[in-house]
Amino acid sequence: MASVSLTGVSVSFPIYDASNTSLKKRLLPTLTGGRIGAADAHVPVVEALEDITITMEHGDRVGLVGHNGAGKTTLLRVLAGIYEPASGQVQISGRAVPLFDIGLGMDAEATGYENIYLRGLFLGISRKEIKKRIDDIASFTELGDFLHLPIRTYSTGMRMRLAFAISTSVEPDILLLDEGIGAGDAAFVEKANQRIQSFASRAGIIVLASHSEDLIRRICRTAILMERGRILDVGEVEPILERYRERLAQ
Amino acid sequence: MSFLSIVQPKLRPSSSRFEKAVFDILDGWRSRNLWFAMGLQDIRQRYRRSVLGPFWLTISMGVMIGAMGLVWGVIFGQAMEEYLPYLCAGFVTWGFISPLILEGANAFISAEGMIKQLNVPLSVYVYGVVWRNLIILLHNIWILFFVQLWFGKLPGWIALMSIPAFMLLALNGVWIGLLLGVLSARFRDVPQIVASIVQVMFFVTPIIWQPTQMPERAIILDMNPFYYALSIVREPLLGNAPSVEHWLIMGAVTICGWACALIFYAAFRWRLAYWV
Repeated sequence: MASVSLTGVSVSFPIYDASNTSLKKRLLPTLTGGRIGAADAHVPVVEALEDITITMEHGDRVGLVGHNGAGKTTLLRVLAGIYEPASGQVQISGRAVPLFDIGLGMDAEATGYENIYLRGLFLGISRKEIKKRIDDIASFTELGDFLHLPIRTYSTGMRMRLAFAISTSVEPDILLLDEGIGAGDAAFVEKANQRIQSFASRAGIIVLASHSEDLIRRICRTAILMERGRILDVGEVEPILERYRERLAQ
Repeated sequence: MSFLSIVQPKLRPSSSRFEKAVFDILDGWRSRNLWFAMGLQDIRQRYRRSVLGPFWLTISMGVMIGAMGLVWGVIFGQAMEEYLPYLCAGFVTWGFISPLILEGANAFISAEGMIKQLNVPLSVYVYGVVWRNLIILLHNIWILFFVQLWFGKLPGWIALMSIPAFMLLALNGVWIGLLLGVLSARFRDVPQIVASIVQVMFFVTPIIWQPTQMPERAIILDMNPFYYALSIVREPLLGNAPSVEHWLIMGAVTICGWACALIFYAAFRWRLAYWV
């Protein structure tokens, strides 16, 4: 059974620009006797998440809404185990599969079929398992013989179909989606939406960050409103979207 | 679920940073099919649509060794049938050691996109670098074979002693990648510093010259770990028994290096995603 529990999680990013990332800055002050003082050791920090406490149970479908920079993507990355928080507890059971950049691990010079294997490996599916599903994936893309050609010959829409078909063939316990996953070319959108929903029904927990209210309504049962790295409100989808619109209007 | 082939170390709750780092390294090893594919893909990508493909690796190094052999052989006044196999063995080995260090330092920086998108053990990217260079080595070792065949100086079965030696170097490549990779992600000057040190080491280490040309036992031989690294591989490749002393020294280097890298990796691994 998949479950997620965050307790008082805070994430902050040190911003090392070119001058801060350099060793010179670290070494030179000590060489000159530290006269420049402690102030220059200070690195600007962005508080991306502050004191986040949430729990999710098996069967939860959670939508994250909020302005750009509200911390939605950062929160997804914490759930994926990519960012280990500076403070707070993260307890996750079940395998989390992040689908953020759905073109990740695709090689333009490799054929469609080669890319299915490659992308599959990146998502953690073994070769054997991909072999079992390859017909299913291939037929979903409707690309036919194009799958034998290098994907650099594909149009953007065709690449999208391929990437989408592979990504949604995983069966995760916890599915983490960043916006854009539902946006294909017009002809593909309906099929993609159906796929997302059947995909969604298989995963134990879904967390979706999106600006598309439509998508959130369709997939999620709960929504979280985020602002400046904090959770502002949690509840049913409609009231939260309502509140989000109010805050946008302000 | 059993079909999932990548182990997720970060999701093990409530273990210490040190345990997490060790799990990261072990789970990275278990996720071999990922870095196997990544390494092969890197090489395929580089040579895609060229007729000879990855054998360009072999050719370009072969041309380099041929040219350097002619020039330096004449300068040192050495017999070609002695000098060229020596230079070739040294060069092929150096061609394995130096990218382990240079690319190891960039292992995490160049994997930035993946680190921020995927929750796989971070050590995977270091294993990928080592594996890719092992593949390249397998292309380059043929140059030595043909040079030795040409001069009728095949080394015999003792050459197989170079295989465990290469494995020991690969094992060193992993700790170097973990240590320098993390350090470079935080301080972007480190890859540049490393690059210039490696370049100097090429001239200071007996690759184009022989240890016997160095008067007495010079400090640049005794204190130079690259000399020992080269020696344990090159001697068997040239048909000589490797020195036990050199093996022991390299063993000590490996243990110390791993100990340092483990402590360092345990302390800073969790910050890596923030730094890249």
